[in-house]
Amino acid sequence: MKIEILGTGCAKCKALEAVVKEAVSKIGGFHQVVKVDDIMEIMKYNVVSTPALVVDGVVKSTGKLLSVDEVLEILKTF
Amino acid sequence: MFDWWEKLSGYFVFDILKLAHKSQMGEALHFFIFDTVKIFILLVAIIFAVSFLRTYFNTEKVRVYLQGKSEFSSNVLAALFGIITPFCSCSAIPLFLGFMQARIPMGITFSFLISAPLNNEIAIAMLFSLFGWKIAALYIALGLLVAILGGYIIGKMGLEKYVLIPVTPMKGELEDIKIESDFKQRAKEAWDYTADIFKKIYLYVMLGVGIGAFIHGYVPADFIAHYAGGNSWYAVPLAVLLGIPMYSNAAGVMPLIEVLTSKGMLMGTALSFMMSITALSLPEAMILKRILHVRLIAIFFGIVGFGILLVGYLFNFILGGNG
Repeated sequence: MKIEILGTGCAKCKALEAVVKEAVSKIGGFHQVVKVDDIMEIMKYNVVSTPALVVDGVVKSTGKLLSVDEVLEILKTF
Repeated sequence: MFDWWEKLSGYFVFDILKLAHKSQMGEALHFFIFDTVKIFILLVAIIFAVSFLRTYFNTEKVRVYLQGKSEFSSNVLAALFGIITPFCSCSAIPLFLGFMQARIPMGITFSFLISAPLNNEIAIAMLFSLFGWKIAALYIALGLLVAILGGYIIGKMGLEKYVLIPVTPMKGELEDIKIESDFKQRAKEAWDYTADIFKKIYLYVMLGVGIGAFIHGYVPADFIAHYAGGNSWYAVPLAVLLGIPMYSNAAGVMPLIEVLTSKGMLMGTALSFMMSITALSLPEAMILKRILHVRLIAIFFGIVGFGILLVGYLFNFILGGNG
């Protein structure tokens, strides 16, 4: 699956990227993790509060720093 | 509400530690223990309540709701949304551009941008614990007024040319992003958030109350009125200026303000100070500088600062002494 982290470079956005990478390493398999920094790209997802988590083009969370468990919970449904 | 704790902490200080009643050391220590624990309990309760409520709202929803509404009434709505929407100054850019993209007029975006940090959960919780619900409600009401009028005036000034990044308005209406969560998840999220904030601010609170306790026990009651010129005309502007760089320390500064009001600082001056701390933040200005011309940020700060100034004078005038 393709996992995107939307964020303009705030502390929480970087933290979410680290959390997602940890979660992905736990589920194993091949997945693409992309950090989206460009504000214009971010706005295409209709997101106005960062960090946001997008999985396969679907916005799953906005404006919060999720925990590894929460990310695992989200990824499980895909 | 906290009578039991007043007695218990008094028993500990005066009977177990055997400090004399009316002694400066005893009074200061009693004040410190009583206040810290009281504030901690209320802080956790209020922040949890607010952040739980907030799991039902997000900025995306606010944007969907505000699009295509008429002016002024949207200024009011945007300011109200500012209370219940979680906001972090790091989100200021996507928020600003995202609102423009949805063709929400700039003045309305500013109403939200003024209200959201002003009505943050820490400020409300601290005010409630220290001054009671009346002052907390007054702070929220006046904060809303500044946000509504400030945003409205900025909107009327036609400053759109000072936005540095061109935003193409999207076609059609926005749909809400649906993110499912159940009750347990919301409670857990709110609890994690509360714990997170508590860890960040508890030392500041203790430090603030500690210095407050010292002032409480050792500084005479009319200190400010007598020595610091607390009631002269320049007290309010001074409070507003001093508040600007103190954003991150709101939790530590507020216990000090409480003590200062009991030593003769006027309530209007205190309210202005608190509003300045929360509404005018330098980090937010630095972030907004990436997309807004300095002139627009200066006008934004100027109008909000002026509004806060008026609030302070008005209250000193109406309430007179310690309110």
